[in-house]
Amino acid sequence: MRRDVFQAIADPNRRAILGLLAQQRLTLNGVAENFRISRPAVSRHIKILKECGLVVVIPQGRERYVEARFDKLSEVNDWLEQYRQLWEGRFGQLDDLLEKMKQEK
Amino acid sequence: MPSKNKVTVTAEPGKQELFITREFDAPRDLVYKAHIDPKLYVQWLGPHGYEMILETFEPVSGGKYRYVHKDKEGNEYGFHGTFHAMSPENMIQTFEFEGYPGHVSLDCMVLEELPGNRTKATIHSVFQSIADRDGMIQNGMEKGVREGYERLDDLLVKI
Repeated sequence: MRRDVFQAIADPNRRAILGLLAQQRLTLNGVAENFRISRPAVSRHIKILKECGLVVVIPQGRERYVEARFDKLSEVNDWLEQYRQLWEGRFGQLDDLLEKMKQEK
Repeated sequence: MPSKNKVTVTAEPGKQELFITREFDAPRDLVYKAHIDPKLYVQWLGPHGYEMILETFEPVSGGKYRYVHKDKEGNEYGFHGTFHAMSPENMIQTFEFEGYPGHVSLDCMVLEELPGNRTKATIHSVFQSIADRDGMIQNGMEKGVREGYERLDDLLVKI
């Protein structure tokens, strides 16, 4: 099963959970209260987020707190940046060609 | 000299599309010509350090294309597709990397005239799934194309 940051943010509920946790850490129940989906469904999403490295679950007394770890999200930028560089290179070559074409015109 | 015209790539999480935009300091007819004249097309499309072989190129509606990027070690990476619309306002084509067959994207490109003889290009790519889009971006090309073939090799060995 694929477990990376892209898998984590592909689902709208997981994005909403991350949005919520960006403001504060919450207990599992605290997260579930904000969603219409069932508690087991919320737990499943949190489990996936945990496996993708985007949240950690910290036991504290009888409660378990969920905290977001946003440094992982920088992978998304790196990923896009690589693709962008490919097009930079390609269009840079097109710029050179267009300059030549303008002079020949 | 690096260009002041930057490429922007927009890929929202959880969607199976992406947008690429870029401006050019050249009039639209020239930018368009560089897309439909095979002698010009080969001069810019291939990644740096790769030989670009344009095997088939029929830039009309219903026409097809196939090109190969060849690296110094002789590895070849093929791509092909079909053109559906061909005008500066609307270029539509399918795109398939032969190292990942059966995964086809639809690329629509619009060239917009800007004041001062400049042009803005917007490419809208739609993929069959989110995984296809993310895989495509993740692979990039220079690195990813090779990995794609390695994965295919692995698969063939397993079969």
